Amino acid sequence: MENPKTIQIETKALNVAIHNNQVLKNIDIQIPAKQLTAIIGPSGCGKTTLLKSFNRLLEIQDGIKIEGEIVVDGINIMSSGLNVPDIRKKMGLISQKPYPLPMSIFENVAYGLRIHHDKNQKELAEAVQNCLQEVGLWSEVKDRLHDPASRLSVGQQQRLCLARAIAVQPEVILCDEPTSALDPIAAQQIEKLLLKLKKDFTVILVTHTLRQAKRVADHVIFLYFGKVVEQGTAAEFFNNPKNPETKAYLAGEIS
Amino acid sequence: MSPSTLNDLFKNKVVLGGIVSLLLSILSLFVLNNLVFFVVFLVIFIILLLFNFIKITRKLYDTLGSRLMLFVTASIIFLFFLLLIILIQGSLRILSEESLPSLLFSSTWKPFSGEFGLFAVIIDTLIVTAISMLIAVPISLLSAIYIAEYAPKKFKNIVRPFIDVLAGVPSVVFGLCALLVFVPIVRDDIAPFFGSNISSGFSLFTAALILAIMVFPIIISLCLESFNSIPIALKEASLSVGATKWETVKKVIFRASGPGILAAIFLGFGRAFGETIAVSMVIGNQELIPSSLFGPGQTLASLIASNYTEVSSIPILASALIFVALLLFIVVLIFNLLGYLVLRRASKRWKY
Repeated sequence: MENPKTIQIETKALNVAIHNNQVLKNIDIQIPAKQLTAIIGPSGCGKTTLLKSFNRLLEIQDGIKIEGEIVVDGINIMSSGLNVPDIRKKMGLISQKPYPLPMSIFENVAYGLRIHHDKNQKELAEAVQNCLQEVGLWSEVKDRLHDPASRLSVGQQQRLCLARAIAVQPEVILCDEPTSALDPIAAQQIEKLLLKLKKDFTVILVTHTLRQAKRVADHVIFLYFGKVVEQGTAAEFFNNPKNPETKAYLAGEIS
Repeated sequence: MSPSTLNDLFKNKVVLGGIVSLLLSILSLFVLNNLVFFVVFLVIFIILLLFNFIKITRKLYDTLGSRLMLFVTASIIFLFFLLLIILIQGSLRILSEESLPSLLFSSTWKPFSGEFGLFAVIIDTLIVTAISMLIAVPISLLSAIYIAEYAPKKFKNIVRPFIDVLAGVPSVVFGLCALLVFVPIVRDDIAPFFGSNISSGFSLFTAALILAIMVFPIIISLCLESFNSIPIALKEASLSVGATKWETVKKVIFRASGPGILAAIFLGFGRAFGETIAVSMVIGNQELIPSSLFGPGQTLASLIASNYTEVSSIPILASALIFVALLLFIVVLIFNLLGYLVLRRASKRWKY
């Protein structure tokens, strides 16, 4: 399990079309376990679509056509007959803008726990406290756990969403530009958290800021117009890019 | 005039041109004695003046427009108070002859012998409204959530206009259908099923049934509105922790659209409470508290509808009916205020 070469997610010939518009073309990628993988590329290149295909969230929208395989822990999650909520439970999602559920801070974290585990009140409180401590929010909210989550600042809300995600003990955390709506300090907190969390979780970070990818990524996947142009370790990707398009992107010539 | 305003004035080329052309026209008339030059410069002056005037009128229109809107809005608010005053003044006569408690808590309504007890009618109104809401709210919520969250897009697009049309059908059409369809069904099937064999079909239950049907489209339409305004990311947040669709609907969507659902219920209640013609066609029009739901009754609104033709023969009846109208007005007012307060609190609490 500690072997960094373990592959957590692998896609094989993944094609996604939204309203007959081919968004992802023949995606073959491998995402290593317990590492931070950054998916980068200009906006509109399919990063978010790729991310949401991993936990089958794409299909709640209209007009989506998905072909190919997505293998998570050796199971093709696209095959029929699987329990979709179980697949999603394995992967927490942090969205661009934090969306706390319309309930209290406590209930937000307890939300998934109540669904999946039959915990008594005390165990629940402990689990919630652990998750909030894990994301560094406990000391800020411990006196107002039963306030509506919407009263928190945006940065706090994003950390709350992170706590809500890790509460159900997923294996993967999918982050869709989690810092784009935050101020620099809150963004830094989230980045630090993601670096901390990659010890226990596989973190996949969609970002459009190259600098962020450089700061935090172990592994990089570069998408351009729905195709994977280059993927590899961060060191190799940034220091020794092979593809001319990658070079141009790194130099800021295409965006 | 201070130098700076003078400066501003002359910066405005139109004003400057106007003044120059006026001076030139005066000059040409009195010094040059030339009428053609005078006319030419005068025309230029007038054109420039008009230019300036257009500027003024734009500003004037702006002011006038906002004043007009203020006036119209103020008159609408004034109408509200006018209505209230008319209703209160109209009911003064009945209130001077009968005490308020005897009006509200006596249940004999016999206008010809001068008895105006409204208790039975009030109870009937409450029963009919409550039953219609009990039927309408759960069914409307389920159907709204189906349309918003589960139905395929095509189905959604087909069903939506139907619901909106249904909301706009005149109530007399519903009343007529109820008269032709529900009255026999209640008389022959539903009432006997519940062990009430002497029902004529004209009953509280029939009225509640048709009210529920009239309220469906309102509640469904408004609920759809609020379900559709929930950001997809909020649903994703719930689904991504492994919640099923139903768990998401129950715990997140219903909560997030709580204020909208409440507003829909309040509006539906208002419609059911005040609906007149459809109710008076099927309720049986008897001012008594029936022993069963399948007996005839009368609601506040249908009481007015079925008594107003007698107003000319019994003068004090008019005042009694106005008092009933006042009651309707006050209840709707209170309910709206209550709804507003609840909504404000709820939307603070359930913000997402």
